[in-house]
Amino acid sequence: MNSISRRKFLKITGFSVGAVAAASTLSPIVKGSEKINKEKVKGIQKIPTYCDICFWKCGAIAYLKDGNLWKIEGNPNDPLSKGRLCPRGTGGIGAYSDPDRLRSPLIRTKERGEEKWKEVTWDEALDYIASKMKKIKSEYGPESVAFFSHGIGGNFLKHTLKAYGVNNISAPSYAQCRGPRDVGFELTFGDGIGSPERTDIENAKCLVLIGSHLGENMHNSQAQEFAIAVEKDSTVIVVDPRFSVAASKAKYYLPIKPGTDIALLLAWMNVIVNEKLYDVEYVEKYGFGFEQFAAEIAPYTPEWAYTETGIDIELIRTTARVMAMNKPATLIHPGRHVTWYGDDAQRSRAIALLNALLGSWGRKGGFFFPSSYSIPPYPYPDYPKPGKDKVDNPDNKYPFAIEEITTGIREATITGKPYPIKGWFIYATNLIHALPNEEETIKAIQNLDLMVVVDVIPSEIAGWADVVLPESVYLERYDDLHASSFKETFVGIRQPVVESPADQKPNWWIAKKLADKLGLGNYFPWQHIEEYLDYRLTAAGLSLDQLKKEGIIHGQKQPLFIEDGIIPEFATPSGKIEFYSLQLAQAGFDPVPKFTRPEEPPSGYFRLLFGRSPVHSFSRTQSNRILMDMMEENEVWVNNDIANKYDLTNGQYIKLKNQDGIISNKVKVKVTERIRTDCVYMVHGFGHNSKMLKGAYGKGASDAQLITRYKIDPIMGGTGMNVNFVTFEMEV
Amino acid sequence: MARFGMVIDTKKCVGCMDCVVACKTENNVPEGYNRDWIVTVANGKFPDIHLEIQSQRCNHCDSTPCVSCCPTGASHVEEFGKIVLVTHNMCIGCKACVAACPYDARFVNPEGYADKCTFCIHRVEKSELPACVSVCPTHCMYFGDLDDPNSEVSKLIASRKNHTLIPEAGTSPRIYYLT
Repeated sequence: MNSISRRKFLKITGFSVGAVAAASTLSPIVKGSEKINKEKVKGIQKIPTYCDICFWKCGAIAYLKDGNLWKIEGNPNDPLSKGRLCPRGTGGIGAYSDPDRLRSPLIRTKERGEEKWKEVTWDEALDYIASKMKKIKSEYGPESVAFFSHGIGGNFLKHTLKAYGVNNISAPSYAQCRGPRDVGFELTFGDGIGSPERTDIENAKCLVLIGSHLGENMHNSQAQEFAIAVEKDSTVIVVDPRFSVAASKAKYYLPIKPGTDIALLLAWMNVIVNEKLYDVEYVEKYGFGFEQFAAEIAPYTPEWAYTETGIDIELIRTTARVMAMNKPATLIHPGRHVTWYGDDAQRSRAIALLNALLGSWGRKGGFFFPSSYSIPPYPYPDYPKPGKDKVDNPDNKYPFAIEEITTGIREATITGKPYPIKGWFIYATNLIHALPNEEETIKAIQNLDLMVVVDVIPSEIAGWADVVLPESVYLERYDDLHASSFKETFVGIRQPVVESPADQKPNWWIAKKLADKLGLGNYFPWQHIEEYLDYRLTAAGLSLDQLKKEGIIHGQKQPLFIEDGIIPEFATPSGKIEFYSLQLAQAGFDPVPKFTRPEEPPSGYFRLLFGRSPVHSFSRTQSNRILMDMMEENEVWVNNDIANKYDLTNGQYIKLKNQDGIISNKVKVKVTERIRTDCVYMVHGFGHNSKMLKGAYGKGASDAQLITRYKIDPIMGGTGMNVNFVTFEMEV
Repeated sequence: MARFGMVIDTKKCVGCMDCVVACKTENNVPEGYNRDWIVTVANGKFPDIHLEIQSQRCNHCDSTPCVSCCPTGASHVEEFGKIVLVTHNMCIGCKACVAACPYDARFVNPEGYADKCTFCIHRVEKSELPACVSVCPTHCMYFGDLDDPNSEVSKLIASRKNHTLIPEAGTSPRIYYLT
């Protein structure tokens, strides 16, 4: 870290109230003198770790110059980054030097959401939490505490909370993101997509992206493989209401009317089945219910789809034929953030079925069979058996939900049914920006007896907490081992590169200390996380020293495809690929996806679409000063003709008002030809209104704030969020 | 002696700005400033649009108005690789070079000197690639000796359709964009 940012670090103490008065058991004076006297290593040191700026967990190498953090590069040995990080990972040092970071534990002094705090010691904060938790346990039972967690860093807190008896554990990555996709594929192939995705993009001869904007959406391995596919002249087909960067690499761009993707998918399958272009042998060998499926899709011709989607009839036919021509190396990408319209599991199922027709599941250039490095778990004592069912999906309302539903826990917290939820623990997920309808989230929070946020920055959700615990950033801490399922088996380590600049603590320390306070110390038989890591690695025949040195250790090569000799198994009721789903039919759903026409925008309103920027992760990175220099605020994309009609000029600030009268922060207009006239688009994660997040405060607008309406997917509980409409407010 | 240049494949570039971030951390470029940047050129009417994404920086031109206008000799062409550089302690921050550059590639560093891309000469001298080239997740950037007909950059320029930026400025820029 350079001297300028270190000075800034010391300067910024602004938000705290009575900070000095709160004596710390970890006296800052002692800590400071330790730092002053510390010997610094001259020259360059390289320390391997894995990134945490998004959840992809790329292997990285951090560079220290004369003991100060200098830069981070990809670890060439890492199968995910292949030695090259994405811009967020490269900008990871900005997370360390972010002057808005949480610095010390905070306890609320005024009403929730007023962001008035006193700085306290860790003992005070954890004693407060433990006493509230004990009270909730005795009054309501431990099941009345819920845990929202995102990312691998939540593992140890999850352990403590499970030991306490928590069974309501959820992440927005399911019901607000990839859930419908995994359910749609599981219903079809008996297996989900996983993360990182099991897509063999680099070998696809034809790659179809439906709303998926790789390149702007910078999941490293996916973006790298996309560039390889483009270089190899793979035929790229992009379906998007917005002319994305990916669209600019496409041979065929289909400017679809928002919400009509299922119609297009049905027509594509109609052409492929009618013209008998599908992989007959594959379908006969592995398929179930093909005849019924074929009969169901018979009415959905390109002529029919044209009227719904606005896509030229011949373009639908041609692209269907191109897909078939390249089979089985045609990959219709399942996407990732797919909670759009509330019928998303069925759309994902239609994507799965199209892949099935082309025989791409289990084939090179399609979907591979992932494998992971097997590392035995640490032998902890058994968790107590929960005395109550989970609250998120009562009476199995969403019969095909495969993970816990965040918004279901929120609903139970509001209604107190099936039983009251009185405590929320939130780790590294800004629920105000992640969940639709902020008002409901706040309503739920008002029913809580305890709300704890553990994070590195003061996000909006931290502003609503009773206690905020400042976590060390990834460059300052160990975390659990990383052994994702992917093309290669490997183990990666996260290890400290630098010390935390203030009173931040690693999550494992917080979890262990809290367990002690709760009288659950026996669940942490190890003193330091190194013992835990060493135990697991030794049990796997590896060594902690070696992993600390190399960052990544590879396992044995595994076969990836049917052509490598894998005999595919399908964990569906029929044991086959389910073209026709009896289990969906039995539950009262369409056994083959059907198209429902989306609601039209009211006159003068435009459908609000949102997506990703390559330089930011969710709402977590806007105060990272390096990434802020790349993109400081978001813009609302407005079609040129619409801009002319409403007299909007490029770069002008406006506000957006949604159908329920909610008005956004001011946001810059991007006048462009790159979007349809019936929708507008913005990058997610901006428009912060947490006062503590000084760098990002008030910059850009928040799509989440405008998402007051959502449509719940009746199959799996996901919240479709592209169902809101906005109009322009000229007064800013 | 080599004459270094850069080739950027706009077909592969996704404009992710990793080159910009890497330059910033590698060279400790101060907050609020960047030595390289992304320009997206969009042409056409929806939905028939052509996009070209350009990672831009100092073009290390063969003909250098930024050098000839410099009153102190701080702005100069380095013997090594013909890289255009600024000697910080000779620069008086007069901004003549900033105005002379047709690419708007220079800025005055808060410490008072004209600042810009150095082609990461400190890396290139050690036979490493410039930081921007080395991090690019799409592998869309190439760096090498334009005077060597067998270098990767020379071969790409010879075999692929390409253009430079503002050739009419007559500065003979050494960054080529493959299209």
